[in-house]
Amino acid sequence: MVDHVGTVFLPGDTIHNLNKSEKTGKIIIGPGLRQESETIIVSKPGILRHKEPNIYWIDSHQKKYVPVKGEQVLGVVTAKAGDVFRVDVGGSEQATLSYLSFEGATKRNRPDVKVGDIVFARFLVANKDMEPELVCMDGAGRSSGMGVIGRDRGFMFTCSLNLIRKILSPGCVLLKTLGNGNRFEITVGMNGRVWIHGRSVVDTIMVANAISAAEFMDKDQIRAMCSKLADRFIVVE
Amino acid sequence: MSNSSKRSNLRVMSAELSLLSRPDGSATLFQGDTCVMSAVYGPGEVRINKEQIDRATVEVIYKPRSGLPGCTEKSQERLIRNTCETVLLSSLHPRSSVSLTVQEMQNSGSLLACCINSMCLALLDSGMSMKCLVAAVHCVLDFEGAVFLDATDKEEKGAQACVTFVFDSVDKNVVMVHAVGKYSVEQFNKCMSVCRTASADIFHFYRETMTKKLKRS
Repeated sequence: MVDHVGTVFLPGDTIHNLNKSEKTGKIIIGPGLRQESETIIVSKPGILRHKEPNIYWIDSHQKKYVPVKGEQVLGVVTAKAGDVFRVDVGGSEQATLSYLSFEGATKRNRPDVKVGDIVFARFLVANKDMEPELVCMDGAGRSSGMGVIGRDRGFMFTCSLNLIRKILSPGCVLLKTLGNGNRFEITVGMNGRVWIHGRSVVDTIMVANAISAAEFMDKDQIRAMCSKLADRFIVVE
Repeated sequence: MSNSSKRSNLRVMSAELSLLSRPDGSATLFQGDTCVMSAVYGPGEVRINKEQIDRATVEVIYKPRSGLPGCTEKSQERLIRNTCETVLLSSLHPRSSVSLTVQEMQNSGSLLACCINSMCLALLDSGMSMKCLVAAVHCVLDFEGAVFLDATDKEEKGAQACVTFVFDSVDKNVVMVHAVGKYSVEQFNKCMSVCRTASADIFHFYRETMTKKLKRS
């Protein structure tokens, strides 16, 4: 039923009349929903979302990150342990990152990674029973933007996971409008961490504040904020 | 039923979520003048000696308003922890810990109920996976056999018995009972049915609070 979608559900609620796929007669359920024999029960508080034809999930507001396979995250290298680096990604345990999982790395040619570096990496293994494992390569062995970022420059801060999903969603205008009058580098990890490097420290702080402030804004409010910032920006320069 | 109980509804409730910035979820709950603040951290790293291979370890720390926690506080802590373990889907996060801090701010009666309700709100705020919600309702039995819901501390003192029930949100089954004083089986059942009816108000309050929070974004 359509009227379920967009309403708030709390843990323990059951959902009926979900759309099944015409071909297979199945329903695909995502985060926040679980199946108990024939019924679908909500396990996280949030808003029910639907994607045609038969995909459902709960959009919940969470601060703590739980690793998910395939997601790209920003982590901090905390230790070197033999063949692997330990990386703090904000989950319940530290992830491992093999030194061979960088583009062009061989046993002889080790990547230049130090303790304290920020790495942008993708989860190769992430499930509840195993230690999470990161890689800095895509399937073809290319770095595609991943690896150590911003040594001795830039600024990393954390925000809620919802805000991350919001700024990464295709319909979000925040980064486009912010980038109009202002040049900066940005890396956004699904674990709630954002790294920014602007032309000056003032720029960087401004962009960071703008992103944090955008959490509860709609498109028009974001545009208004960005145009205000653009004026301010020239004065500072 | 409402004829037999002198106060047939609960005191006014109000809550504020995410008041604290460091924890993963927090809630301040007022039930009348009684106020409790709860914070949830987790799922996080766990000490090796407390690690459980098949589920998350739940820790509850109860902080009294002043002084150090004694025996009563420790037993209260355990009641809150057991309730919390019942509702959390802790098997989703094995080898991790969920840590809760419950801070008493003001005790004007029905403190345990307020603690459990604020814990539930803090868990909701943190977005942890749960089986269901819980609502705690406190009532007192006076010497004439009448039931007061959600008693104040004065009413608690002059009572024959004080009973706290915790109900789940799905079947409204009893999850936990804490009782002090003398009562018969009939009186106990009467208290239970009055409290069960009142628990619906608390579940409604949870939904309202969460809707307010989630519709903001």
